[in-house]
Amino acid sequence: MPAFTKRLLTAADVHHNSLRMNGVHDMGGMDGFGPVTPEQNEPVFHAEWEPRVFALSNLAFGVAGINIDEFRHAIERLPPDRYLASSYYERWLGALETLLVERGVITRVELIAKQPAGVDTSAIARPAKTSGPAPAKDRLKARRARFVKGDRVRARVINPSGHTRLPRYVRGKRGVILRDWGVFVFPDTNAHHAGTRPQHCYSVSFDARELWGKSAASRERLNIDLWEDYLESDAPKSKPRSAKRKARPQHAKRASRSEKKR
Amino acid sequence: MSENHHDTSESGPAARVKALETLLAEKGLLDPAAVDSVVDTYETKVGPRNGARVVAKAWTDPEYRARLLKDATAAVQELGYAGPEGGHLVAIENSERIHNLVVCTLCSCYPWPVLGLPPVWYKSFAYRSRAVSDPRGVLRDFGTELPNDVEIRVWDSSAEIRYLVIPERPAGTEGMSADELAEIVTRDSMVGVTKIAAPARRGSKKKSATE
Repeated sequence: MPAFTKRLLTAADVHHNSLRMNGVHDMGGMDGFGPVTPEQNEPVFHAEWEPRVFALSNLAFGVAGINIDEFRHAIERLPPDRYLASSYYERWLGALETLLVERGVITRVELIAKQPAGVDTSAIARPAKTSGPAPAKDRLKARRARFVKGDRVRARVINPSGHTRLPRYVRGKRGVILRDWGVFVFPDTNAHHAGTRPQHCYSVSFDARELWGKSAASRERLNIDLWEDYLESDAPKSKPRSAKRKARPQHAKRASRSEKKR
Repeated sequence: MSENHHDTSESGPAARVKALETLLAEKGLLDPAAVDSVVDTYETKVGPRNGARVVAKAWTDPEYRARLLKDATAAVQELGYAGPEGGHLVAIENSERIHNLVVCTLCSCYPWPVLGLPPVWYKSFAYRSRAVSDPRGVLRDFGTELPNDVEIRVWDSSAEIRYLVIPERPAGTEGMSADELAEIVTRDSMVGVTKIAAPARRGSKKKSATE
């Protein structure tokens, strides 16, 4: 077997490390992970390296200009099998290595050279991008809030090609605006350094039965924070009178056609 | 579950972290003392005792409770608590009729300045997946049974808002001071997975060592 310790990134690695984001991290509503098992008298950290990763990540944000959205995205970009097999701080470590290499703060070769024998280096720092972030024109002023408390909305159906904070389990579902939290940076663009697109973020309330079907309990609601770009209006369409008048003959026409068939 | 493993082996993450830290220090990008300082902060200074003091104060001071419900970020700052993941705090109150429960399905967002870093169960795939679709089942995993007429509100912290649940003040605590009350407020009750049990009367036997 040849030594792979200094193997460079291959095209296959990049392809495998897709930026598309219907990832395994989007877990809301999945089954099969078993019961929740709280640990008694749990320590803050479970191994000496965990707080080191935590601290390194926090410091690296400043050193490398990493923003929280791209950090989250880097975790989401871990291959699904690795994501599921890793502990929380292992996922942080994977994201941190990847981002520091992508940002050119360190190189993959340097990092791999520092590993002691026995470390599986194939999984270390798998950048998906070979160049820096694309420059983008930013819109710095927030739009006026499109929705107010009580407005009926529908979460858009999207399958974005990058980071998003719109989970699959609410896409296409109907809810009500509970609160306007004010203006926040938009993660879907900020994660890719493609602009901050500040916009209103709302608490949107969904009936559990809208999300999970009629078998869900009637006294359950799910409130989730969604950016304005994730939402469209679901206001009842108040048809103008002229439209109503037009609708009637169409209906009559359809009826007469079916009669003809008979 | 694999996600709960904490690898300490020489070839595992411990070695990779050491390699990364060494490399960054050699490049002059990292002061090892700064790493130690962050570690110290979250191991000793920031934790659920902060949140417990906030809750106890809200229970005993109606004006503080009103300020907390109106602007939790400012209200917890009054007690000196602020920092990363605490810029947009919102307090939600449990009652006899409404029970609030907090989750982050996409990662593990958590109100660090008042609760510290999240426990493993909060970060677990089991909790992240089921808290939204089967909250009553998840509550049962914690031994929390709620009557059917109690409305459950699950909050998925998918943006930058971080939620602190103000649990119900248990009966039989009327004479207790804020300091005494802070002792009985648990971390799990401030995430909304448990209720706070009424404290055992003085002189009565403790039920278990963990109580």
